[in-house]
Amino acid sequence: MSQPVSFLGRAEHLIGTKEAAAVGRGVVRFTAKRDKTVAEFPVMEEIRDRARAIRLHSLDNLDRLLGQFADQLGDAGGHVHFAADAAEAREIVSGILDRTGSRLAVKSKSMVSEEIELNEHLGKDGVEVVETDLGEFIAQLADDTPSHIIAPVLHWVRQDIGELFAKELGVAYTEEPTELNAIAREHLRRIFLEADVGISGVNMAVAESGSVILVTNEGNGRFTTTAPRVHIALMGMERIVPKWEDAAVILEVLARSATGQHLSVYTNVVTGPRREEDHDGPEEVHVVVIDNGRSEVLAGPTAEILACIRCGACLNVCPVFRSVGGHAYGSVYSGPIGAIVTPGLQGMDPWWDLPYASTLCGACEEVCPVRIQIPSMLLELRKQAASEGRLPGWLEAGMRRYSRTAQRPEKWARAKKWAARLTGPLSSRGWIKRIPGPGRGWTDHRDFPRPAKESFAEWWEKNRGS
Amino acid sequence: MEGPKVQLVVTCLVDALAPHVGRATVSALEKAGCDVEFPRDQTCCGQPAFNVGMVDQARDMAKHTLDALDTTEGPIVVPSGSCAEMIVHHYPELFEGTAREEQAARVAERTREFSQFLVDDLEAGLRAACGGCSIAFHYSCHGLRGLGLDHQADELIDDDDRVELVGDKECCGFGGLFSVEMPAVSAAIMNDKLDKVEASNAEVLVGSDVSCLLHLEGGLRRRGSSVAVKHVAELLAGDQP
Repeated sequence: MSQPVSFLGRAEHLIGTKEAAAVGRGVVRFTAKRDKTVAEFPVMEEIRDRARAIRLHSLDNLDRLLGQFADQLGDAGGHVHFAADAAEAREIVSGILDRTGSRLAVKSKSMVSEEIELNEHLGKDGVEVVETDLGEFIAQLADDTPSHIIAPVLHWVRQDIGELFAKELGVAYTEEPTELNAIAREHLRRIFLEADVGISGVNMAVAESGSVILVTNEGNGRFTTTAPRVHIALMGMERIVPKWEDAAVILEVLARSATGQHLSVYTNVVTGPRREEDHDGPEEVHVVVIDNGRSEVLAGPTAEILACIRCGACLNVCPVFRSVGGHAYGSVYSGPIGAIVTPGLQGMDPWWDLPYASTLCGACEEVCPVRIQIPSMLLELRKQAASEGRLPGWLEAGMRRYSRTAQRPEKWARAKKWAARLTGPLSSRGWIKRIPGPGRGWTDHRDFPRPAKESFAEWWEKNRGS
Repeated sequence: MEGPKVQLVVTCLVDALAPHVGRATVSALEKAGCDVEFPRDQTCCGQPAFNVGMVDQARDMAKHTLDALDTTEGPIVVPSGSCAEMIVHHYPELFEGTAREEQAARVAERTREFSQFLVDDLEAGLRAACGGCSIAFHYSCHGLRGLGLDHQADELIDDDDRVELVGDKECCGFGGLFSVEMPAVSAAIMNDKLDKVEASNAEVLVGSDVSCLLHLEGGLRRRGSSVAVKHVAELLAGDQP
């Protein structure tokens, strides 16, 4: 399905829809829980500072930590693969599947698997990948894409999920969440037991022990990484911390910021394949460490974005995200973080307009558990877009003229006079109902105040000037 | 008590689109005992260019503004959190490591948002006069999150006059040129805000930043709403809505 190439085009399709309304209700639930939990945690601000320091330290020492991680995991009997880009990551996964003769895989939630479009490519090779996170499962059944990094089907209403299950799974219609959950669970149970391979994401890797940590609320992550014979974990290369005590600090802020929980229901740790004394667990563990543009981001002005722990709090408070939902961003990562990550990983073309999809209100930075300076980075990318000549002609030329005029007070005064004179015929009782030209969009939705016949500066000159 | 000499930076939007707010700002400052001066060469602080990423143009406007202000004395008072934040936070960034670094720091140091100056610096004790009308207060983002202006409204407006506005610290959707570049998105955010304003049963929507207020007033007019919109300076100057 083709979609509009601009943020605004996609957003216009979403505004006022059932999808956008569902997002609007969902984010309010998330933020209310987040605010309550944070208020009850007196050391939150201090822990945020520590979490930030840990993430920045990890980014500064990425090569060393990844090396240490690979050594430790190797000692524990696991395998680490490094993939420079999406194609290489997919090849590595395909290679493991081919070697093990696997044709059915279960997958727990992984944003990076979406980023490298793993399911589509494995599907072409004849491998079926079944999503086991409830939200991802729904999205997959409906041939939809996730719209929120931790709540993939935030844009769905449960009645539609009930209808989807009835149609696709042949069950009786229900809209009760617990019943819907039970239906998905029963359907997935058989697949879990049949699957040869479990594919997961990685919330965080710990260098000192070669462990990967998975945080879930449904237990599907644990099932995915224990029942199948082979476990493949996909990990963005920045998702690492040095030590367990660092991981503990991140976990303190992750669930609180994401869902308002103290901890997620499951915090699953995988350190290599099963040992002799273990009752279960995979025989093989592979961790694919994926660059796919991250090295370039790390070398640029938005490097700090790689400190992100993917809690989604910035999406939930963003007025733009709240109004239009994640699909308006057109890529896997949505919201304020997506507006920085997507152009970073995939280039400014065609993503240069995402950094402009923000009012710079600062709500994102206020809640970010690792205090990423999101508005500053949006401005950084806007600077880049402007310097690359990507702004619409009317805006760029208009701003150049505006700036020149603003440096010459006499010219500025004349421009104000002209503005008042020219808009006179358009206005009625001090307001304009319709502006022609690039300002048209403003008056599609609201009246515009008429430039005053007597500006403040003129009034001052007349009444107070010496 | 005699207040200080202050320099009014009226902002380009107030100057051209809402001069009555500028006049009210002067009255309120004079009520608080200030000797108000108006540096003549001021135009625009450069924020619109800065926010679309045209940093060279923003820097040029900032230089002009710095020159217009640096030759004056006393606190620089701005009836807009957004423009004040531009001067306080972004000017020092723009001129970091340049010959104007010290000038930018000097001017930033002197600059105050209007309600911040009245409440925190002057402790003027002025109260909004509204003739018993019910007020919903909207916190503008750059003042609130950029400059930390969260208690000033409580000091300036009587609790008895104030009604609860759900989401009063959430963005109104204006975002400067965002409202022109992405008008439908801006309006969707605005309409959510206006639904809440109307549900609050307030007669007057009050804020301290004309940029957000003009956008919201334009939206209320388009909806045919009877809610009036005032800058807090207008109420402090004693204007009746």
